[in-house]
Amino acid sequence: MKKVIGIILALAMLMTAALLVTSCGKEEGKLVMATNAAFPPYEFKDGDKIVGIDAETAEATEGEAGVEPEIDDTEFGSIIGGVQTGKYDIGMAGMTVTDERKESVNFSNTYAKAKQVVIVPADSEIESFEEFYTEFDADGNPAAVADGVKIGVQQDTTGDIYSSDDPAKWGFGEDNVIRYKTGADAVQALLAGKVTCVIIDNEPAKSFVAANEGLKILDGAYADEDYAIAVGKDNEELLKNINDALAKLTESGKLDEIVAKYIPAE
Amino acid sequence: MNKLKKEFVLNFIDGQRWKWLLDGLLATLKITAVALVIGIAIGVIIAAVRSTFDKNKASLKLKGGVGYYLLSVADKICKLYVTVIRGTPVVVQLLICYFIIFAKMKDGLPVAMLAFGLNSGAYVAEIFRGGIMSIDEGQFEAGRSLGLNYVQTMQHIIIPQVFKTVLPTLCNEFIVLLKETSVAGYVGIMDLAKAGDLIRGRTFSAFMPLIAVALIYLVFVVILTWLVGRLERRLRNNER
Repeated sequence: MKKVIGIILALAMLMTAALLVTSCGKEEGKLVMATNAAFPPYEFKDGDKIVGIDAETAEATEGEAGVEPEIDDTEFGSIIGGVQTGKYDIGMAGMTVTDERKESVNFSNTYAKAKQVVIVPADSEIESFEEFYTEFDADGNPAAVADGVKIGVQQDTTGDIYSSDDPAKWGFGEDNVIRYKTGADAVQALLAGKVTCVIIDNEPAKSFVAANEGLKILDGAYADEDYAIAVGKDNEELLKNINDALAKLTESGKLDEIVAKYIPAE
Repeated sequence: MNKLKKEFVLNFIDGQRWKWLLDGLLATLKITAVALVIGIAIGVIIAAVRSTFDKNKASLKLKGGVGYYLLSVADKICKLYVTVIRGTPVVVQLLICYFIIFAKMKDGLPVAMLAFGLNSGAYVAEIFRGGIMSIDEGQFEAGRSLGLNYVQTMQHIIIPQVFKTVLPTLCNEFIVLLKETSVAGYVGIMDLAKAGDLIRGRTFSAFMPLIAVALIYLVFVVILTWLVGRLERRLRNNER
């Protein structure tokens, strides 16, 4: 009896080991896509599945190239580092092309246009983010930020990077920015009155305002930007495939179709 | 070597990013220090209530009167507190404090201090209670038969022994607390771990910022351990 149990145990261990080994290696024909699934409507969780514009665009793009994407949910700030080291094949998370990011990864052609907007409480008298500045220099650039202005952002997003800059570069200064792990946390903090406004991408902003009463989006953009797919520097072939696929999808109107599915026309 | 140097400059020198680490470290130390004090205060009170009840419930019940019921209710409340705090993750407690209980408070730092203090209190309470219960019953009886009352016995005979016994475990709790504050970033506070994250998010290199943060934590834990070790040795001096 003991022998039988021993053999069964040994077999079980062998099988676990085999499973572990196979699950380590990246499967052929599969691409690992990193995203941060707390950024509706570009990516969010619907039950167990990650859905949204980015997820579907990735599926369509990779479908063109004959591979299947596997989506990995991670923190936004870890995506580029992961793509750089090869942990992920592509990064797609409503990511804006910036010069700093270009140093670390390659970007595909733009697949969506976006802007950074300002969310404030509905009863706020603020009409433009320019009211947060108290002084302007001779060139019309801001010089000082009003006391008590706190900007809520999602950490590492362009909203964070731009508003952390000096006032002279239309930022609000390092100390006046409060960074949260997700955009939703920043919006919660705004609802509780902990921050003066939240600066975030336009589409998620609309979702947040729709989901929470007592918020509004200010007219006009804080910044304009283009979203693109991040690909590792040494993966030129993949980049070319993605760009080709994106071009085809744009031509066939599939890209617009996906966007229209998640963003109803105004 | 040149590459390492370039990485170092990019991660710490450019844009004065080392300042983030310094600010973050200060925030971490501030939160830890205040939480430590709050934790010890809560811990001592709870341990006192619970061990007093455990040791005296038989005699109090015999005596009758309101004292037994008062102490019994206090004991139940303390038990509930320890159960709830130990039964929920500290991140969740922190978020509840920040977004629900103290939603009106603008600054996150005091909220975090309180949240970590409340959390640590439950663990410290159990450490102290374990220490008190571990002292031999004979020590109590000896004190009482010398004519000391319950409080005097506690103060002169039990507590000095307890303190020595629990010191290593207490040190352990302090180390855990220091490192646990690394989740303060969830409520928008820039602590040491978040400072490292922020550098990572700006430079997209994982190695330097993570190793730097790990090293800083390690240095402070080593310093803390050394200080407690010294205290422990000093307390043992009066032993035979």
